[in-house]
Amino acid sequence: MQTVKMVVTGPFNAGKTEFIRSVSEIDVVSTERKISSDFEKSIKEATTVAMDFGRITVDEDLVLYLFGTPGQRRFDFMWEILSEGMLGFIVMVDSTRPETFREARSILETFHAYAPTPYVVAANKQDMKEAWEIEDMRHVLRLDSKVKLITCVATDRDSVKAILLELLYSILSEMENGGK
Amino acid sequence: MTLRGNLRDFTISQLLNLINLANKTGTLVVEGPSETAEVAFRDGKLAYAQIDQEDGSLASVLHKAKKLSSGQYRSIQQGAAHISDKELGLLLINAGYLSQEDILTNLQQHFTDIIQRLFTWVEGFFHFDNDSLPPDDRISVRLDLENLIIEGSRQMREWEQLQDEIPSLDMALKFSDRPGTNMRKVNLSIEEWRVVSYINPRNTIRQIASATKMSDLEIRRIVYGLLQAGLVETTRLEGASRLVPTVRVFPTEDKEQQKSLVNRLIDRIRSL
Repeated sequence: MQTVKMVVTGPFNAGKTEFIRSVSEIDVVSTERKISSDFEKSIKEATTVAMDFGRITVDEDLVLYLFGTPGQRRFDFMWEILSEGMLGFIVMVDSTRPETFREARSILETFHAYAPTPYVVAANKQDMKEAWEIEDMRHVLRLDSKVKLITCVATDRDSVKAILLELLYSILSEMENGGK
Repeated sequence: MTLRGNLRDFTISQLLNLINLANKTGTLVVEGPSETAEVAFRDGKLAYAQIDQEDGSLASVLHKAKKLSSGQYRSIQQGAAHISDKELGLLLINAGYLSQEDILTNLQQHFTDIIQRLFTWVEGFFHFDNDSLPPDDRISVRLDLENLIIEGSRQMREWEQLQDEIPSLDMALKFSDRPGTNMRKVNLSIEEWRVVSYINPRNTIRQIASATKMSDLEIRRIVYGLLQAGLVETTRLEGASRLVPTVRVFPTEDKEQQKSLVNRLIDRIRSL
């Protein structure tokens, strides 16, 4: 059995666990814990402390694993471990929380430094009325026009599929251009 | 009981606050990740500060502050190395070269800089030696700690923000490919120009800081400004060996099989 992996990263509460849950054929093996900080508790009740783990079986010979990273910076010692051997990565950004954009940019740079593999940025929660415009987000996240910044609703399977496909197209394109 | 502990549990601002409120006299020794600082206080006021590995002599302080030329500094090092700071200070004042105020102001600035650097140390151990003071031949000052604590706390917030923005100094910088940007028309400070002159995908930010003799905070401040202005971008260090994952990305080395694998993934995701 051959296996490949992709990493889903991003700041706290960006929607990484939901993203994996939307497409994983197994119940996401989640390492969520009750949140102790009052501030973070006001945003959500539980958070991922080590990793989420989802699986998509391609055929009898190939399996794709999706790893979600913990969003809180104090667990960032896990990032380098999770980034080992990844095919590519997805940076999830909560479009409704501009205060997390700077951290998203920092996470993107950190992962890109760990492994210079292709990546896409998913602007999550675009179905919410307070979501930022995608081009405004590109500007604030300082993303080059070549970087794929794609609208996303992590609870919607089609939306998640579109993100995964864009990342795979980028991987294929880089291989065809001799990047790998 | 000796004041002793870990910076993770007790921050520099908390330590200074305690020394200030308790009017303590003695020397605070802080062992940071790569250097050790010794800071002396008299009755809760800053008296003296020294980083172990650095030349904190009066001649060096005045040279860094451009009050002594490189030639003068060299002459003092060669011919008057045995002279104490107090004697050197008196010689310079008597020769009419510097005033007492000049000397004290520059020393205060030097000690303040050391304290500000300490605020960026988040890891390390400290202990406070009661009643231990710097040697008599050193010139001490008397500086209130309140302003240092306020400025340090402000700087600490800035430091945390800059660390989020620029998480690693081992990245390189390159000029942005934005059409129409002309560096010559941009109004930069001398320090910014010095940094700009080293920007090259072959130099890490850390190397630029070392070449321009800037602290981590100073280089981060300047790079942050240049990044915000869209003039530069961070990039991987050119010529550096790419990180080789210890786990293979693809289960096969064959390029065609790798492409076929990605195409199978695409077909599968489409069919979900």
